[in-house]
Amino acid sequence: MIVTIARQNLLHDKVRLAVTLTGVVFAVVLITIQIGLFIGFTHTISAVIDHSGADVWVTSPGVKNFDIALPLTKEKYYQVLSAPGVEKASKFIIQFADWKKPDGGQESIEIIGFEPDKKMGGPWGFVKGTPAMLDLRDAVVADQLYMEKLGIKKQGESVEINSRKARVVAFTRGIRSFTTSPFVFASYKTALQFSHLRPDELTYILAKAENGITPGQLRDSIARNVNGVDSYTTTEFSDKTREYWMLNTGAGTSILLAAFLGLVVGTVIVAQTLYATTLDHIGEFATLKAMGAPNSYIYFILITQATLSAILGYGFGIAISYLAASISQFAAMAIIIPFEVAVGMFFLTLVMCVSSSLISIRKVMTLDPALVFKGR
Amino acid sequence: MQQPRTAISLTGVTKRYGEPPSQEYALRGVDLEVKQGEVLLLMGPSGSGKTTLLSIMGCILSPTDGDVVVAGQSVTGLSTGNLAKVRLDNLGFVFQEYNLFPTLSVIENVMVALDLRGMNRKDSAETAMSALENVGMAEKAHVYPETLSGGQKQRLAIARALAGSPKVILADEPTAALDSENGRLVMDLMSSLADDGTRSVVVVTHDQRTFEFADRIITIEDGLLLPPREMNNIRKSRKT
Repeated sequence: MIVTIARQNLLHDKVRLAVTLTGVVFAVVLITIQIGLFIGFTHTISAVIDHSGADVWVTSPGVKNFDIALPLTKEKYYQVLSAPGVEKASKFIIQFADWKKPDGGQESIEIIGFEPDKKMGGPWGFVKGTPAMLDLRDAVVADQLYMEKLGIKKQGESVEINSRKARVVAFTRGIRSFTTSPFVFASYKTALQFSHLRPDELTYILAKAENGITPGQLRDSIARNVNGVDSYTTTEFSDKTREYWMLNTGAGTSILLAAFLGLVVGTVIVAQTLYATTLDHIGEFATLKAMGAPNSYIYFILITQATLSAILGYGFGIAISYLAASISQFAAMAIIIPFEVAVGMFFLTLVMCVSSSLISIRKVMTLDPALVFKGR
Repeated sequence: MQQPRTAISLTGVTKRYGEPPSQEYALRGVDLEVKQGEVLLLMGPSGSGKTTLLSIMGCILSPTDGDVVVAGQSVTGLSTGNLAKVRLDNLGFVFQEYNLFPTLSVIENVMVALDLRGMNRKDSAETAMSALENVGMAEKAHVYPETLSGGQKQRLAIARALAGSPKVILADEPTAALDSENGRLVMDLMSSLADDGTRSVVVVTHDQRTFEFADRIITIEDGLLLPPREMNNIRKSRKT
């Protein structure tokens, strides 16, 4: 009967139920999407590192993140190449550059140069063209998500990068940039022409370990044999870059703060509407007490009401969140909602709704069953 | 002849509200016994203390002084949880405004009383239907209270009070919101609940049409009981 009473109390006033569910849905969507954005950004920030196929990244000393680094010289590249345990090494450039659209507009980009034959640090997810096309003169690869931003409509269009001619020979899909400047890939030689680096300079050296050598061992070997550089395993460099952008810059904190605000606002709305529902039925609760119902019986009614609100609100909320995540595949911002987050959100919603019912429980705890008699 | 046993007994019961010097007495040293199988009417003007007396008999209020015994158990000083248990085990309530659960169907209203006593859903549905049959409401089992007339609502409230097989039914102005015909029907029904001699009925009322259904009428004024008026078997003779 507890479930019947709780369900009927909720369904009795459909407008109030709608307000309650709106509060729950609002909280679920806001929190889930903020967490999804956080995870999406985290993946985006280190996507090029994570897809690089390298075991170790060698950088100039004190580098804080992937996007901004002082250059190394080719001398360091040869030293890395000769370090014990290195199977192969590859030169890698990343530089902010000016992109002049075919129609004359201008955009900031991050030009990435890599050595296609080394198969490290290149683009992935080709939807038009092939990696081999990067061997063509002035060839670059852009992502479809940024076609409008970069002012390009089709394969083969000519643009200018830092006032040098370039040609978009291929498109990828899903390579996002965390900064406002999209990544544009080119071969190392082509990218060097677009960059402001000297011919003997590069940004990173990517190294692959020989069979039987772990990334950690390779990192240590490079650190011992090459002076004036920092070396990180791919995982370490990925974590370092994520930590810089998400924690040191405050970007991640603001996303998590918005998620927390969603939780607070949702809790307040649900608490208010559940309390109002309790007040609506206060006479019935007094009657139950007069009939001899223990307080626990009424608490279970209130908790069941909260749980039903949580289940319904979560259902709608998570569906909307997954829809938003699905749409984000075509946007510059990725919303990623892993299954674990969806499960965690269900329990968080339950906790939010049940804790919202505590105010109502407190009211019922002090309820005088003598309310049932008029004219006392 | 065997004397009827006592269902509820009050000894020297006083109820005060507030603190000195603005203290008010609702009851002043009330002594009262409700016998098994008795229909007792409590009368008195507004503010005389009759609802306070009913609340104390119903273990909803605790007296400031005095002793209350329900079904042989002293309830003086019991915790609110234990008082609730005494109500659940021994008492049924009928209210002036019916106090039904508007979001539940007629049968569910009765089933709540049985659910509180731990009865499973199947058994409680059968018992509730039987209680509704006893008050002539079986055909309305699956409608909602808002569709019922005042008399039907009160009969439903009686079915709910009866469902837990209480030893005493306590009714607060059960006919106040009813027309004379429905009032008579409800009182007739309530009076019949005491017919088997095991159950008592206590009714707070202003309604003089209810006199013929009582075994005893007690008037209360300013928190004091006046000498009872015995009805000399009028109730029983009315039945025959």
